[in-house]
Amino acid sequence: MEANNEPKKRIYWREYVKDIPKNDYFYFRSCIRQTFFPGAEQMFLKILKNNLNINYKDDPNLTTCTGIGYHSDIIPLETVHTMVARHFSLMNESGYSNFVSSCVTTFGVMTEALEMWHEFPETLEKTRENLYKTTGRTFEPPKAIAHASDIIYLYRNEIANQLKYRLINQYTGEPLKVVDHVGCHYSKIFPQHGIGGAEFPKVLSEMVKAWGGEIIDYPERRHCCGFGFRQYFIKESRGYSLTHSQTKFESMEPYHPDFIITNCPGCNMFMDRWQYVIQETTGKTYSEDDNGIPVLTYEEIAALLLGYDPIEIGLFMHQTNVLPLLEKLGIDFDKEQFIAMRAESMQLQPQM
Amino acid sequence: MIPIEEIYSDPRIVENLNACINCGVCTALCPAADYYDYEPRYIERVVLSHDPVALEELMSSDYIWYCGQCMSCKARCPRKNAPGVVVSALRYWSQKTGLFAKSKMGRNQVLIKQSIGQNIYDLGYCVHPSKLTKEAHPEQGPVWEWIFNNREKAYSLVNANIDKEGAGPMRKISDDAVNEIHSILKGTGALDLWETIENSVKETSINNKK
Repeated sequence: MEANNEPKKRIYWREYVKDIPKNDYFYFRSCIRQTFFPGAEQMFLKILKNNLNINYKDDPNLTTCTGIGYHSDIIPLETVHTMVARHFSLMNESGYSNFVSSCVTTFGVMTEALEMWHEFPETLEKTRENLYKTTGRTFEPPKAIAHASDIIYLYRNEIANQLKYRLINQYTGEPLKVVDHVGCHYSKIFPQHGIGGAEFPKVLSEMVKAWGGEIIDYPERRHCCGFGFRQYFIKESRGYSLTHSQTKFESMEPYHPDFIITNCPGCNMFMDRWQYVIQETTGKTYSEDDNGIPVLTYEEIAALLLGYDPIEIGLFMHQTNVLPLLEKLGIDFDKEQFIAMRAESMQLQPQM
Repeated sequence: MIPIEEIYSDPRIVENLNACINCGVCTALCPAADYYDYEPRYIERVVLSHDPVALEELMSSDYIWYCGQCMSCKARCPRKNAPGVVVSALRYWSQKTGLFAKSKMGRNQVLIKQSIGQNIYDLGYCVHPSKLTKEAHPEQGPVWEWIFNNREKAYSLVNANIDKEGAGPMRKISDDAVNEIHSILKGTGALDLWETIENSVKETSINNKK
């Protein structure tokens, strides 16, 4: 047989694939996710339990990681490290060792702490000393750390086998066109800790492909949603946040996305709410039906396709109406109840 | 005088100045550079200069408050530097030394302390639904106004556990856990930092009125 001397094509994203723990997750909730899309976190846990038969611990003694405070510069480095250590201490007490966070900033803060403790061992010693001095606790770092989207990515094919619906437009039979938005702190701080790294967004796009959809590759795909931490929290600089979301909407609009899928609690909220602000201030919407582009988290999409109820998922908590997407997917649900809730929240008369 | 030795031994500074060649990749992709007249490579250049006068000037200016902390700079820097992390360190030292109060954007830190800081201290969350009023957050739209006014109903529909004991989304954080947070904030310098932020802004306000 003749030797094949053709050079193999290098598949760059495969250089950014990490080991993801398979079971026994110590789950860490997100301040922003719990506030704006609490149903998404509940759905993640339901899917673990009901669909994947996976063990997890949901510990009420956990608190904020203070990551938002750290990136808004009111929480010193030693403080955030000690808070991270407290959460690891609670994980140690529970007997778990695989830490899974809902928030990408928690994920970023924790991977950064672990890297810094490795590079500067004196910071680890100082953290141990601070934790013991302030709480009497001791801790050991986790064996593995993952973002919750890593877990759904890992089990995307098992989920695909259980889907009640697929990402197919029921009116045309075509795959839905999906924009993926990966939160900056998932893979930009430490690309080796994110599936596909910072340049090859794979964690969400592989889910979408496994569930029947088609990914849109648009110019500003990797651009930040614009949160900006202090830029958003301080009203006078909030335009920073709006501007960057708008940059993304303008860039994705020509590709006619059916929806946006995100893995970051903040990005999901901003891309949902800023569409409302743009519509209110300029009349502009980014979808042909003038609804705007629905923005859903990966947990919400997984739950929806698995047949969970849209209200229990919390889709009524979105400002940009999700109803057109539910109809395209052919979801069987109590449409009247959904429309009535939508009308109540929008202070409108229901139109069936 | 700024504490030069302490600033240059901050691990965030130490690990992010690796042979920076000021190529400007960080600036080309920086969202803050899109929005403000801002260049993260300028931050690196000043810090690399080890010029205490230039560094103090930088730490007293609006310039260090433009970054949005997305860390896009880290992902594409050919030397794996993160000007955004250097900014975190400079902002800390600017507040610690009171220099931040010379900058209008810096003085806004008092608003972050009074919102996010207070939430952490009082509730154990950075963000909490009860604190997001329509007046402060008009961009949240009618859906949020409805959720805000119907919190019990909205959160129970998704099996959240708002302000109640036990596990689940938006559960009440127990007094024991909140006390541990207080102890950590106190023992690791956060409360001292908050006091400096409040006092420096108050002092600047009094001096400006004179």
